[in-house]
Amino acid sequence: MTSRRRFLALVSGALAAGEVSAQLDPNIQALRAAALESAIRKVTGGKPVREGKVKLDLPPLVDNGNTVPLSVSVASPMTSADHVKAIHVLTEKNPQPYVVSAYLGPRAGRASIATRARIADTGKVIAIAQLSDGSFWSATVSVVVTLSACLEEGLI
Amino acid sequence: MRFFALLVAVFSTLLTAGEIPLAERRSGYEFMSRETRAMQDDEATGPALFSLLDGEALWSRKEGQPGVACASCHASMKGVAVRYPKVESGRAVNLEQQINFCRTGRQKAPAWAYESRELLALTAYVARQSRGMPIAIEWNEATAPFLEAGRAAFNRRQGQLNLSCAQCHDDNWGKRLAGSVIPQAHPTGYPIYRLEWEGVGSLQRRLRNCLAGIRAETLPYGAQELVELEFFLMWRANGMRLETPAVRP
Amino acid sequence: MARVVVNAPKSAKRGEVIEIRTLAGHAMETGFRRTQTGELIPRDIITQLVCTYNGVEVFRAELHPAMAANPLITFTTVATESGTLELKWTGDNGYVATQSASITVV
Repeated sequence: MTSRRRFLALVSGALAAGEVSAQLDPNIQALRAAALESAIRKVTGGKPVREGKVKLDLPPLVDNGNTVPLSVSVASPMTSADHVKAIHVLTEKNPQPYVVSAYLGPRAGRASIATRARIADTGKVIAIAQLSDGSFWSATVSVVVTLSACLEEGLI
Repeated sequence: MRFFALLVAVFSTLLTAGEIPLAERRSGYEFMSRETRAMQDDEATGPALFSLLDGEALWSRKEGQPGVACASCHASMKGVAVRYPKVESGRAVNLEQQINFCRTGRQKAPAWAYESRELLALTAYVARQSRGMPIAIEWNEATAPFLEAGRAAFNRRQGQLNLSCAQCHDDNWGKRLAGSVIPQAHPTGYPIYRLEWEGVGSLQRRLRNCLAGIRAETLPYGAQELVELEFFLMWRANGMRLETPAVRP
Repeated sequence: MARVVVNAPKSAKRGEVIEIRTLAGHAMETGFRRTQTGELIPRDIITQLVCTYNGVEVFRAELHPAMAANPLITFTTVATESGTLELKWTGDNGYVATQSASITVV
């Protein structure tokens, strides 16, 4: 027989667990948007990001959010004087905003990477390129992600 | 004149009963985006690659008491997967079951569980050797009862949603079901790498997903009814090229 | 046993930009999924891929849970001299995988 005090302690402990409340948080979209903003700031050190130079290629309607092929290329001569130092890919609606960060340099020859990402929900995907002169450039693509038909729902 | 009309009626029933004419058969590949198709086409970096490599290793691995490998008895498996399921000893048997028969019967090794990494890998490796070949299932006296049972299952309304496979995949293919395009449901590339599973799986796993989707009883792996449905689906896809290992959403 | 695959050309002309395609067999458990009873499945991902060319780092990638399972990473490098490309993946729970590819530069 659980005493009332013990019961209340258990319940408040569960609520304070944080993980559960994050799932139920009605402000989750605002929280994720804020997380994306802060991630972009961290990547750029607060410097301004301009649209351009970056080409982000991914399907506008993804077949399945679990595996979304994407490629990023940046117009750059890739010389010691003028090259891409890093390419960062971030998303708007994932539980955390980072996808991948690739560190290049003049030895890359071309600023071009390709990979496959997980995109949880319809929203924006952003590629940010850091150039050797310290400037930041970006490209943004909006993708539509739908749930697969005929799921397993815990059945294997 | 009446005889002619009767002939046309009978002929069209045979055609419309679960069979899309060969010229109109389209693989699930054609309903995918350009990017997903590229994943299937590029075998060097395709997501099913590790399963194939596993299968290749298992093919040569000596098993069981006699210490024999598949390679000890079999040379090439080219042309095998396009002829499965088959009728063996009065039952319909699919490729996974055939592999297990060899394991228990010849290699005297324990059967692999359905959807186990090993069974999927070896099935994928065997089926891969028929990639590009046309599916060739015969409708004859021996296979007829099983194919008829499969066809009946395909056309039967079932589950809480009271849907038959035919209603979506014969009558409404090409249209969308909540954002996904409904394919014709031809098993042209099994075992597949399904993006939803983030892994390789068999046709039976996919069929169970469909059954769960229409809220029908999900038959257990290896159930004769599932094999008969597989059998019918392969026959219905006759002439189409095998794509194993396919990539599907 | 960590499994990885590297696709790189075996030979190239000096100064040519070559494409290297890499694939690692890894479930990339995000750390955001829950079991049927609601428990969080702990994160287990590859976190880094480094490529060196005759000992010099030419490419590095930091991977996050949003990378798909069996991560594919394709990048380029300039074929400067004959030698060895070494690729090393590291991740959670002590995951390490390495693969090398020889290249002849003419």
